[in-house]
Amino acid sequence: MPTPIEDVRALITGMSTTMRFFFRKSETVEYPEVKRAIPIGARGRHQLRRHEDGLERCIGCELCAAACPAVAIRVVAAENDPENPVSPGERYAQTYEIDLLRCIFCGYCEDACPTNAIVLSQNLEMSDYSREALYVDKRDLLVPMPEAARAAGEATGA
Amino acid sequence: MVVAVVLMFLKSIVVCSLLLAAFAYLTYLERKVLARFQFRPGPNRVGPMGLLQPLADGLKMALKEEIIPRQADRLLYLLAPAISLGCALLAFAVIPFGQPLHVFGQTVPMQIFSPNVGVLYVLAITSVGVYGVTFGGWASQSKYAVLGGLRATAQMISYELAMGLAIVGVLIMAGSANLNQIITAQHALWFFVPQIVGFCVYFISGVAETNRAPFDLVEAESELVAGYFTEYTGMKWAMYMMAEYVNMVTFSSLAATMFLGGWSGLGFLPWVPGIVWYLFKLGGFIFLFMWIRATLPRLRYDYLMSFGWKVLLPVALVNTLGTAVIVSHVL
Repeated sequence: MPTPIEDVRALITGMSTTMRFFFRKSETVEYPEVKRAIPIGARGRHQLRRHEDGLERCIGCELCAAACPAVAIRVVAAENDPENPVSPGERYAQTYEIDLLRCIFCGYCEDACPTNAIVLSQNLEMSDYSREALYVDKRDLLVPMPEAARAAGEATGA
Repeated sequence: MVVAVVLMFLKSIVVCSLLLAAFAYLTYLERKVLARFQFRPGPNRVGPMGLLQPLADGLKMALKEEIIPRQADRLLYLLAPAISLGCALLAFAVIPFGQPLHVFGQTVPMQIFSPNVGVLYVLAITSVGVYGVTFGGWASQSKYAVLGGLRATAQMISYELAMGLAIVGVLIMAGSANLNQIITAQHALWFFVPQIVGFCVYFISGVAETNRAPFDLVEAESELVAGYFTEYTGMKWAMYMMAEYVNMVTFSSLAATMFLGGWSGLGFLPWVPGIVWYLFKLGGFIFLFMWIRATLPRLRYDYLMSFGWKVLLPVALVNTLGTAVIVSHVL
């Protein structure tokens, strides 16, 4: 059984510890004014990438939809029009939808994709106010046309 | 005569409003101070440095749905928080918070009224305040509330004994129960020094009376849901919170008055008005309440009770005896 003197000493030690912390600067990261560095391999929001010439990488093979453990991806493929190909190859993804609320961000779709079309970026800020807003389709997923291809397209009048 | 009554009335209104405003900012201060002890910033989003947080909280309390459980004893259920808050505010009536003001040819004492049994009055009122807790727990008619209420009542009654005995030491040394005379009796030396044992007993009992950590088993979230205010929502819950913080202020004021000289500064810096000294001491005690809350783990109920009866009460008794012997034979 501790003696009263030991108890009083324990009390004083405890109180002085908390007092020391009182004068230290807080370690809290004040989000959203300050953001922490996100690791390189972080799996965030999906993106559908393009080739350098502007053609979409996605060939509508639906391997990502098959690999997805949460059944979050919906792909409907269509034949490429030879005059205006959307992707190099025979097929392209006419409809490409991802339900971000079902997605578990495992990255299997990224691993399964043969053309490196679907990738998971480092953007972890995906909050919204409604369920509908988080069911994204190709329009929100596709990366913008690269500069060189856009200039080339304008030059040829396409 | 009429002037005196009107003045008393005005002072009551001012003091009550100040106390309730102080409650709001005490909650803010508590959150900030506890946070700083815990190495985090505390509320800083609502208004600059989070200063409007109490307003947001107050608005939330006022707009919350008032739920009265069907099995609750309606009259007691509604009366209980009122008793708690009323007694907490009433106890403040005898506390002197400054030197008398001389305005318009009148001497206005900075105290609502000053009976010769001032100390006894405060003890009596805080004892009646315990009924607020008892009725709250009982009237809610729910298992957690009844158990929590009875435990809290037992705790408060037990620690009142030790508190009263610690105060007796001060009364013996001052020779009067009138708070003004207690302050003037400390003009040479604050009672904190000769009555150091009594001071420690009084402060620990005060922490237990107000149900603050480490004696807050009856109301902590992880225990008994929330004890006697499990079934209370909205404004009635806010009134219980107000009662707790106002009690904290009252105990701090009494400790400052009886052991630290109240508004007297012992002659140092005579240009500083008494009320500033008083507020400084009050602030120090409230900070001490919060510092203890941040540091110590909670006491289990049986340890809490055995500490009050088997440690504090005998120590307070010995202190009283010793004080009586020394004052009557030596001084």
